Amino acid sequence: MLKFDKVSKRYPETGDVLRNVSFHLQHGEMAFLTGHSGAGKSTLLKLIAVIERCSRGQILLDGHNVNQAKESQIPYLRRKIGLIFQDYKLLQDRTVFDNVALPLLIAGYGHHEVPRRVRAALDKVGLLGKERKYPLALSGGEQQRVGIARAVVNKPPMILADEPTGNLDPELSAEIMHLFEQFQQVGVTVLIASHDISLINQMNYRVLKLDHGQLVAG
Amino acid sequence: MKIFRSLYDARDKKTPARPQRHHPKSKTATPARADGPKTRVLRGDFRDKLHAHLDLHAHAFFSSLGRLVDSPYTTIMTITVLAIAISLASVFYIAVANLQQLAGNLEASNQISLFLRDDISEASARKFAENIRGNPAVQEVKLITKNQALEEFQTFSGFGEAIKALEKNPLPIVIQVLPKNTLEDGLELEKLLNTFKQAVEVDFAQMDMQWIKRLQSIMELARRGSTVLSLLLGVAVLFVTGNTIRLELHKRREEVVIAKLVGATNSFIQRPFLYSGFWIGFFAGVAAWFIVAVMMLIVKQPIEELSGLYEGDFHMLFLSYSETAALLFISSLLSVLSAWAVLNYQLHKLKPE
Repeated sequence: MLKFDKVSKRYPETGDVLRNVSFHLQHGEMAFLTGHSGAGKSTLLKLIAVIERCSRGQILLDGHNVNQAKESQIPYLRRKIGLIFQDYKLLQDRTVFDNVALPLLIAGYGHHEVPRRVRAALDKVGLLGKERKYPLALSGGEQQRVGIARAVVNKPPMILADEPTGNLDPELSAEIMHLFEQFQQVGVTVLIASHDISLINQMNYRVLKLDHGQLVAG
Repeated sequence: MKIFRSLYDARDKKTPARPQRHHPKSKTATPARADGPKTRVLRGDFRDKLHAHLDLHAHAFFSSLGRLVDSPYTTIMTITVLAIAISLASVFYIAVANLQQLAGNLEASNQISLFLRDDISEASARKFAENIRGNPAVQEVKLITKNQALEEFQTFSGFGEAIKALEKNPLPIVIQVLPKNTLEDGLELEKLLNTFKQAVEVDFAQMDMQWIKRLQSIMELARRGSTVLSLLLGVAVLFVTGNTIRLELHKRREEVVIAKLVGATNSFIQRPFLYSGFWIGFFAGVAAWFIVAVMMLIVKQPIEELSGLYEGDFHMLFLSYSETAALLFISSLLSVLSAWAVLNYQLHKLKPE
């Protein structure tokens, strides 16, 4: 599903952020990406979502060479990935329904399909009945679940989460992680960047550990 | 768990056109997915997508309008500035059209007027006229004596009493010469005029045509001047709309970034902004039409009074239906174009993080 082959990323200002990173995530595999802050976790995720391009090496996402993708192909690559952020990145002036529906509208789903899928996604994260609420009326954990619903509503084969529990207390974090496990069990590839070691250790999944831009475990 | 499966299972049936992934689990969970005729699924899918596309356009069409209404002051200011620029260009256009109409009323004639010297007697004037009649290039010659001229002047000028007070008739003898029509060529006319000018009897020779030509060249100047000014005003429209759209994009930057992150194409992101551009241009065009109409109403009466004083049957031209349509079309098009240019540039620059 996702293959890194000797990937390096160099910024002109800070030098090498990632050095010779190679790993392979199978279809339906779940893994954690960990490391100290500044180790390159976010950069690695950005390379997968083509927010940045790698300086050397190859990234294969679902058989596509991400680095060779043309500007016009990037939107279609991103639709294969459900992105989840630490700060949720929800539109505050839109309802929960509209937030979750956004990827469907972008992908061109019709008005028969959209409500059905949005409700299914909200049902899955346990927020059915809150469609008409605005994000600010929800708790942090609920907002993150809206973010997750938005990420999976389009049924991407892969979920990338950047510190998804960074703003949540341990109990809520465990709930969110449990959600990710459930996605993994239906065949979604999940990669979660987190520095919450205790949480990661509670769960028995593969851990990719970055240290100063190099993969030291995984 | 059941919900998860059902959500992920629905996918393969409904969206056969999209790139597929292989889900070992979901696949085994739906062994009977080719249960209907494939073509029907595809056609239904196509129709659904078409509807979705139209929905998106309709949504962008109305939501962009709603957004303009949401910030009324900015919108009114922008539209007013644009409307003034567009109405100025339109007024130039109408002014030139009216002048052209006025000039068109003057018949272009080749007639030459010869004003004879004061010391030439009527008898020698007649002889001179006969001479001219003998010229093969001349079609018709008409002599206006001093007395005839005075009579005419008294009747038509309204200065009758003042003329009577004069001791001596100040008007010269005039010979009106109409050259043959074959002399369309300006050079030959010029030659004929010059031979008349050189005659001793002639004090001053004047070709009527020259006046019309002068008027026409003034008209041409006015036309070009107004074209240049209209182009400049058009450029102003481009920049004003462009700047408005740029600010709007800046205001909604977060939304744009999120849309990009969840896989929006640039055309998806551009669409509502392009419609905003359209609305701004369209409403500016409508406002400009009203500004022009009010300006025309203000000057209509004095102009027609003036025309009446000259016994003219001058009727002021206003924007026709097709010209009104062109006005709205051009202002909308300019705005959409500038929005498009700005969006292309800005979205290219804008990276998600």
